[in-house]
Amino acid sequence: MESVAALPQWRANLATIAALMARAKNELLRVPGAAIPGVLAPTIFFLGLNGVFGALTQLKGFTTGTYESYIVPVSMLQGAGFTGAAAGVNLARDIEQGWVDRLLVSPAPRWVLLAGTVLAASARALIPATFVFIIALFLGAGWPGIDGLLVTYAMVAAMAAVAACWGSGLALRFKSQSAAPLMQSGMMALVLMTTAYAPLALLQPWMRSVAEVNPVTNVIDAARQGFVGGVSWAETWPGIVALIGLLAVLGAWALREMRRTAV
Amino acid sequence: MSELATNARVVRALGMRSIRQTFRRPQLMAPIVVFPTLLLAIQTGGAGGAVNLPGFPPVQSFLQFMLAGAMMQSLMLAGNSGGIALAVDIEMGFTDRLFSAPIPRYTIVLGRLAGTAALGLFASLWFLAIGLIFGAEIHSGVAGALIAIALVTATAMAVGGIGAAIALRTGSASVVQGLFPLVLVVLFLSSAFFPNDLMIQPAKAIAEYNPLSFVVEGIRGPIITGVDATELGEAVLAIAGIVVLGLVLSVRALRHRLRVG
Repeated sequence: MESVAALPQWRANLATIAALMARAKNELLRVPGAAIPGVLAPTIFFLGLNGVFGALTQLKGFTTGTYESYIVPVSMLQGAGFTGAAAGVNLARDIEQGWVDRLLVSPAPRWVLLAGTVLAASARALIPATFVFIIALFLGAGWPGIDGLLVTYAMVAAMAAVAACWGSGLALRFKSQSAAPLMQSGMMALVLMTTAYAPLALLQPWMRSVAEVNPVTNVIDAARQGFVGGVSWAETWPGIVALIGLLAVLGAWALREMRRTAV
Repeated sequence: MSELATNARVVRALGMRSIRQTFRRPQLMAPIVVFPTLLLAIQTGGAGGAVNLPGFPPVQSFLQFMLAGAMMQSLMLAGNSGGIALAVDIEMGFTDRLFSAPIPRYTIVLGRLAGTAALGLFASLWFLAIGLIFGAEIHSGVAGALIAIALVTATAMAVGGIGAAIALRTGSASVVQGLFPLVLVVLFLSSAFFPNDLMIQPAKAIAEYNPLSFVVEGIRGPIITGVDATELGEAVLAIAGIVVLGLVLSVRALRHRLRVG
């Protein structure tokens, strides 16, 4: 087998990212119980919100017939948020245990180390999303169509990357798992202070103002479109732009924190 | 000093330690204050239009309705956090040192529960303050607020008993922490966040018999309509039931812990 040192730089970087992703996968395979909270939390929220707030569809102005269809993309994105935040908690644990110090003395560029964590979270987020989606289908959520499903999954994967950047930035800043509540609550606020519960017109005025400026509202609308109607480019591109913007800002911040982290 | 006074001092000291521990660790404090406050804001802002649904009880605002649910969530998580902290004490050997001290064993559990009750008291004051700041009225005034505070504090202690029992039985913080999703399930399957009559089946049927629904209605009553003797009686009975369950489980778990060390 060719050693990483002998590879051209770009291939060495890819190999390092793949190795970091494989480490995250191994963690999942060797301690499957650790993935349960990440899967359970969005599922419980989906079932709970549906059972509790399902009657909201009777409100004038609520255009969707079933609340399951309305809320399922929110729960899938919430799962992405939890998974991304968990990546931050794991990074904080790795910092506490000295594993990150070993990575930092390696010749791998800092962005490669961050990319490994972020991409692993993106891939991992598909597990809770799929679990919630299957449960939702059983409970009567509408089939979003292949195009709708692909858009939703793309949004979920990218949202997990955003959450992982947020979690990693905080982990690198505080260097402690004590920052976990900040990682989780930040993502929870970002995902739920949108049109998560009801359409914009039915939100309370202050929440409407927040949702209008929260970029994740566009992400939720894009992820939801297949479940509540048809998929269109006009509904999709604002979500893509929002995610690119969030990734650029939070990714740059996390990278800055990574570069500031000295051994 | 009489034995009772000595034991009370032990309970007080352990209770104070438990409170300090919670306030010093963000992981323990966040579930009690940050998450319920965040969820209160999100649900009030996102689902506030629900007050216009036919069949929704007459309330001044959705925030007023939701205060009891937020307190309930906070106290349930305080019970869970108390259990986690006790399990950490067991893992670190602190509880073993307490077991070898010349104090009755029940004071060790009671000290933890006193701390959890104090956190319940804090949660009730916190959410009442938030409600008042953001314009919610307490329909029954000061007396109603005091009833709500007393019910929240007592329920926190009762729920803390179950958390302590699980911690003593398993001695593992991760197991107690794993109950976090279960706490959410039990809450969602009660009338904590929405009127029972407007919930969707099967959540509606389960919520009707969930003891927490009785407690929530007992706390909510003085806030949104007025003190109702029947509601209050049912809440007290439900809390008593949880206390008995926690007590039986804690005694058995304590014996188990003393046996296995």
